[in-house]
Order: sequence, then structure tokens, then C-alpha cells
Amino acid sequence: MQQIINFVIRNKTFLLFLLLFSVSLALTIQSHSYHRSKFINSASALAGGVYGTFNSIDKYFNLKDQNKILVEENKRLRNELFNLNKPIDTSSLDNIQSRLNYRITTAEVYKNSYSSTNNYLTINKGKKDSIKEDFGVISPKGIIGIIDNTSNNYSTVLSILNTNSKINAEVKATNHFGSLEWDGKSPYLTQLVDVSKFAPIKIGDTIETGGQSAIFPKGIGIGTIEKFETDISGDTYNIEVKLFNDMTNIGTVYIINNLDKEEIINLESSVDD
Amino acid sequence: MTSFSGELSLRFIALLLVQVVVCNNINFLGYINPYIYIVFIFLFPIRDSRIVLLLISFLLGMLVDMFSDSVGVHAAAAVTLAYARPLLLKMSFGMLYEHQSVKFSNTDIGSLITYVGLGTLLHHFILFSLEVFNISNILLILKKTLFSGIFTIILSILIIVLFSRNKK
Repeated sequence: MQQIINFVIRNKTFLLFLLLFSVSLALTIQSHSYHRSKFINSASALAGGVYGTFNSIDKYFNLKDQNKILVEENKRLRNELFNLNKPIDTSSLDNIQSRLNYRITTAEVYKNSYSSTNNYLTINKGKKDSIKEDFGVISPKGIIGIIDNTSNNYSTVLSILNTNSKINAEVKATNHFGSLEWDGKSPYLTQLVDVSKFAPIKIGDTIETGGQSAIFPKGIGIGTIEKFETDISGDTYNIEVKLFNDMTNIGTVYIINNLDKEEIINLESSVDD
Repeated sequence: MTSFSGELSLRFIALLLVQVVVCNNINFLGYINPYIYIVFIFLFPIRDSRIVLLLISFLLGMLVDMFSDSVGVHAAAAVTLAYARPLLLKMSFGMLYEHQSVKFSNTDIGSLITYVGLGTLLHHFILFSLEVFNISNILLILKKTLFSGIFTIILSILIIVLFSRNKK
């Protein structure tokens, strides 16, 4: 017993180092699975507050760019609005019906990162604004990510520029779907994998969200095909997608709450049983 | 033991704020960020207990982690740097460290660069290995370590030199 105590006292620095290092390592490993530590993230009041203070300064420098983005979106929406005079066919009627099932909240981005391999954004809406985990986040140009952690006033968003992110997406022209991932290299390119090699795709085709997940509505823009190649297995395509969004400059985002999500998930889980 | 004095806590908070508000957003060439908060670990008083240094480094790393949503990565790297510090000091200052008479304010600049350089590369290598967490991306890890490291070394030396000359 004496010897054990002596050993601990003699090596106390090393043992403490080992303890602290393994704690951090355990947290790191845990963070590489989808549901992460609930305690240490920038949705906390401290981090959110600090970012909020400095964001109000930073915002002024980006006003011009953000205005341009909003004007472009307005232009697009006006285009759609004026072209709505056409007789509405039944398929688009169906669309309008389904759009009513989503509730949109706007939020400001307090922190954005894109230089790491696992990027998160911090936004200024949280539980008080009934934001919950797994809501979708989009910008005027395309998708941003999925809500990961929420506190009372802030939330973190798992960016599509995160090696843990997996989002259902499809080729707009042919409806062949795959899974959108990121290899951690360029913030302008993401990868769409597992697309059937029978899909007649070509460079420049538009990629948008598929309707398979209950998180995003179908048809939100993601990007265009930059290049593609067949997978090593030879059965699927790996597609490089050039994002519509400039992920390095995001000011205002929309949070999408699919009001039918619970129903869809219940239905799907009952099918699994 | 002169544990956590006023000047130290001020330095702690200042470096943390500059790190998360300014340095994390530089993104030079898309991915190069300096991590200057390790200056705190470099400049921690040499005579103070190593246990205290380890604990404070862990806290500092965790706070940086909290702000950048990278759970545990910075903490692990900071704790490693804090643990390896005596070795680094011995390698770069030699006899001066043996006699416990290293003063960062008036050392010879060569030793200082060796000390900060080795420490930064060690810290950044651990940091990016854990962040990328994929051994097949070793080239990406090395690239990030090298470029961010150079950036950090330059800024750290500047900070150390500028702020210590004032006090003389």
C-alpha cells in the first residue's frame, strides 16, 4: 500500500497529465459520433454571449455583401411570384400543400467556421424560439446544415462542411439520389456519393435536397456537378458538387421546422418493427 | 508558490478572447489560423508547480474548445504542451534552465525561437491529428501543422517580445 502511494506521489505530474489527456481524448472520440457532448459547445450562454457582443461589430463590415444576397433572393422570389399566373397543374398544387407543413424562423450567424474538418456554426436562436435538434438550416442560396445542440438563446449548427455530416440529396433532372458528405478539403466543394451508375448525369447538373429525410423539404438547392467518377467498386458515382452557397460568408439563415416530422418518423419506425 | 496572480489571470482572459474572436476567424488562404493562446503556456512562470500549469492548460484548452466546437481537441494539445514544457525548456535554454534563471524578457532570441518553435509544432501536430482524426489524411495534417505553425510562431514571438520589452 505504502509503495502504491509513493508511486502516485512520485509520478503525480505524469498521472495528472495522463488523466487530463485521456479525458480530452475520450471527448474527442465521442464527438466523432453524431450526437455529441451536450455540455461543451458554443451554444452555451458564455460563448454565445461573447460571440454576440463581437458579432454586432463584425456585422457592419458585411452589410454590403448580405444586402446583395438578399436582393438576389428577392429577385428570384419575385420571378417565381410573377410566373405563378400560369394555370396551376395538380402536381404543383400538391407542392403548395406540402409547403404549408414547414415553419420558418430566421436567425443570425454569430460564429462561422470552415477551416477545420468538423465545422459548426453558432446562431442566435435557441429553445426560447422553439428551435430543436435536427431542424434544417438553409440560406437564401442553399443548404447550410442541421441544428446540433440548443441552449435557451443559442444553437449550434452541424455544417455541411463537417466530415460527420450526411444529407440526403438528389440530381434534380433525374431524381437519382445519394448522400452528401464532405472530405474536409475545400469549403467550396462537397461530395455526393452512392449515386447509382445508371444515372445519366453530366457536368453542370443541379443537385438539390431529396425528399427522403424529414429534415429538409425536397428541392432546396445545393450546388452543381463539378466533376464525377465511378467509385472503386464500379457500381456508384462519386460526384464533386460545387456549392451554390459561399460557406465562408453567411450572415442570415432560415431554420426549417418540419411540422410533420414526428408523424413521418413514427410511421417509418412502425414499418421497421 | 505564487499561484494564479492578477497579471496571469488578465493574460489568460486576454489571450483567450483574442484567440476566439480574432484569430479563429483569420482563415488565411482558407484554412490557416494562428493559435496564439499557447503563449500563455510558454510564458507561465517557471518556478510555479507543474500540476497547476497542467490544470490551467486543460481549462484554457477546454474553453477554446467550447468556443470553436471542437470538443477536447485543444485541451489534449494544450495539456501535452504543458507536460512537455520542461523538456522543451531544457532543450532550448540548456544550462540557463538548469539554474532556474530563465527570464523570457531578456533571453537570447535564438533560444526563444527554438523554444516557441518546437512547442508550437508539437502542439499543432497533436491538435490537427485529433481534429482530422484520420491517419490516411496524414498529408493534410502535416500541411496544416506546418503552415499554421509558421503563422503561430511568428505571432507568438512578436507577442512575447513586444509585451516583455515594455516592462523593463
